Amino acid sequence: MPLDLVCPAGSLVSLKVAVDNGADAVYMGFRDNTNARAFPGLNFDEAQAAEGLRYAHERGRRVLLALNTYPQTDSWSRWTGAVDRAAKLGIDAVILADPGLMRYAVKHYPNLRLHLSVQGSATSYEAVNFYREHFGIQRAVLPRVLSLPQVENVVKNTEVEIELFGFGGLCVMVEGRCLLSSYCTGESPNSAGVCSPAKSVEWKDTPTGLESRLNGVLLDRYGKDEKAGYPTLCKGRFEVGGETYYAIEEPTSLNTLDLLPEMLKMGIGAIKIEGRQRSPAYVAQVTKVWRAAIDAVKKNAEGFKPAPAWQAELNKLSEGQSHTLGAYHRPWK
Amino acid sequence: MNLSLGPLLYYWSRDDVLAFYEEARHWPVKRVYLGESVCSRRHLLRLPDWLAVAEQLAVAGKEVVISTQTLIESESDLKTLRRIVGDGRFQVEANEWGAVRLLSEAGVPFVAGSTLNVYNPETLAVLAGLGARRWLPPVEISHVALRALLQHAPTAMETEVFSYGRLPLAYSARCFTARHYNLPKDDCQFRCLDHPDGLALSTREGRPFLTLNGIQTQSAGVYNLIGELPALRELGIASLRLSPQSRHMGRVVETFRAALADEQDAASALARIMPGPPVDGYWHGHAGLDYGEERSC
Repeated sequence: MPLDLVCPAGSLVSLKVAVDNGADAVYMGFRDNTNARAFPGLNFDEAQAAEGLRYAHERGRRVLLALNTYPQTDSWSRWTGAVDRAAKLGIDAVILADPGLMRYAVKHYPNLRLHLSVQGSATSYEAVNFYREHFGIQRAVLPRVLSLPQVENVVKNTEVEIELFGFGGLCVMVEGRCLLSSYCTGESPNSAGVCSPAKSVEWKDTPTGLESRLNGVLLDRYGKDEKAGYPTLCKGRFEVGGETYYAIEEPTSLNTLDLLPEMLKMGIGAIKIEGRQRSPAYVAQVTKVWRAAIDAVKKNAEGFKPAPAWQAELNKLSEGQSHTLGAYHRPWK
Repeated sequence: MNLSLGPLLYYWSRDDVLAFYEEARHWPVKRVYLGESVCSRRHLLRLPDWLAVAEQLAVAGKEVVISTQTLIESESDLKTLRRIVGDGRFQVEANEWGAVRLLSEAGVPFVAGSTLNVYNPETLAVLAGLGARRWLPPVEISHVALRALLQHAPTAMETEVFSYGRLPLAYSARCFTARHYNLPKDDCQFRCLDHPDGLALSTREGRPFLTLNGIQTQSAGVYNLIGELPALRELGIASLRLSPQSRHMGRVVETFRAALADEQDAASALARIMPGPPVDGYWHGHAGLDYGEERSC
């Protein structure tokens, strides 16, 4: 099924509004560091997961479970236990990054559908096909680093369904290959399931402006009229060669609405909306716009043009109130 | 425990690269990793040139490993990868799973690079089964986590630890050096050549933080485990990787050799020739930028 809409569910409420607003599938995590959004107050315990599954399945939608951090040796059983629970609950697919954990899943639950997480960092069909051959993965989520022609080359050379990020927080680095957060705070997405963790964030009003720090490292300083965003490390302003600027990435969101006809044409299997950490209201609005857009492009790909109202709605929700096509569009690089 | 010279992560002129490896023939390293592992646009040495350097180092008695590109984006990247795998004269370091696929299919024993993200013995066992003979843990691993992993590691596998140099922390499709010069990546004018040890990035209060190296982001601090040799020995680490810097690399290697031979004062000699402040937080399970007793978290 082309262009499946896969929406974030950080809570049971978000799951329900995503389903109600037209998600084909939702993705969630358990309430621990087995997933890359291990934030306080987020995610599902077993009872909530069961309720979410019931709600989605009754309405003909699917539930995916992210188990996409890298299991650590001394707590390996936490990850295998999560795979066990997923299989028992009847999760439609688990999203994994670690080959050792994939081997475990295949051995114990040969019928459990496996997706390769973006944290697996597969950017070529050779890498995607590796996971297919060895673990039978059915779908791969590509890191946000390839241009559209490069994505198309992957699609043409694999039988694995390809899922792309369509909207939300933009990782400028290859997911799974970024240790900036642990360099600064001791915790990275790979090993702790968090990036720029909230507990390391410090805000301070100073005579020179509002400062954001991550574990003491100054990420930015805001003037009176500047809007301060969440201090994600790669979106700070730094000094390079005597200039102060967004040396890595501006605080902006990915929005690929314009690219939907091309994505449909090249056979992209699913579009992922980022944001399990966002509010149910956010999930509802983004899901609604993307449902309408995907329905429109499927009906008439040639004549597809994103409605100004959709873009306005999405811009309102974007980080920094701006959006980018990211790496899909070559000049961004 | 022996020494490995890691792949050159920066972009230098052809003459500088050739001179560097000419000197390296005489350094007390057992093994040299060669090749372009960061950016496919860097072309002053192409694969046949690297293989020629490899031959010379092999004649000088070094074990040579060709290191593959970490971020594969295009068909031409894959073509280079296939040529490396097909050459067959030297060992290969796989830095992503596409290379693992090609090497295991070809039946070529290989080195599993640190960006394969091996955090547990089960994944290491997968790699052992595919033909990996040596591996590097992720640079963020602590000695406690490494000890736990090695207790269950496949026996035939040798472990190499990144022990000296700026830490490779992240990879992107975007070139941050080109971005600094307001140039598109496709017309970057090879500005990396102006920064033989990368481009320094500081916070707005002047604290050195990161180093921009094209599409790669490194630490500003220099990871240095010379003070941890007893712990590394006790863990059974086979070799220490020293990552090239543009100046004094011969002295860095010599200092590590002296430290391995238990000669005195090796560590303090190193402090004077490092291109940045020392860091060792990762090894102790802290933020990577920490050093010694000054723990920030």
